[in-house]
Amino acid sequence: MAIEVRIPTILRSYTEGAKAVNAKGSTLEELIGDLEARHPGLKDRLVDESGLRRFVNVYLNDEDVRFLGGLGTPVADGDTVTVLPAVAGGAR
Amino acid sequence: MLTISRELVDKIVAHARADHPDEACGVVAGPAGSDRPERFVPMENAERSPTFYRFDSMEQFRVWREMDDRDEVPVVIYHSHTATEAYPSRTDISYASEPDAHYVLVSTASEEEAPFRSYRIVDGVVTEEEVKIIESYG
Repeated sequence: MAIEVRIPTILRSYTEGAKAVNAKGSTLEELIGDLEARHPGLKDRLVDESGLRRFVNVYLNDEDVRFLGGLGTPVADGDTVTVLPAVAGGAR
Repeated sequence: MLTISRELVDKIVAHARADHPDEACGVVAGPAGSDRPERFVPMENAERSPTFYRFDSMEQFRVWREMDDRDEVPVVIYHSHTATEAYPSRTDISYASEPDAHYVLVSTASEEEAPFRSYRIVDGVVTEEEVKIIESYG
């Protein structure tokens, strides 16, 4: 068993085109570390020095991890993590 | 080129007018690979701002999953500019994250007309494209 991570179109260049990949970890931070080992470059698109990037949404199952525990959110085998770039912009 | 039905154009413009002076935003979903916008999905602007928009993260999750389940993609991603022209701002370009989408901009700066323009935004490069409005997809 592993944790399924669903990858958005714009990041599939890091996963050889795969829409979903597997990774391991007991927290989101560990999971992202494991993703980076398997798909180098991906981590930098998800986090910066202050934590999760502001315009990347990460969901554990059906919840935005910002409402759970951010990078410290516990994850377990059988969970699904979904990454979606925020859709944002504006005249400013 | 973006080919889109008159009915959808009218719905997008009506949404932009209704939310003015705040920016309105949403998507039009269509079957994957078809490049044909079909299902109008107005979204909440979580920022409720005249100069910025951002999809609410939970609403986006539900809508993106629904598209996935239906084998659809966001063919069009639209938003309005309420005081400036219908051209992507630097902000729009830096956050554009769907390389396959048609980014539609509507300007509600004028009460008489609402310019409706479409762009591709890939790797920070904006390319305007022709908009072909048709009565129906036949």
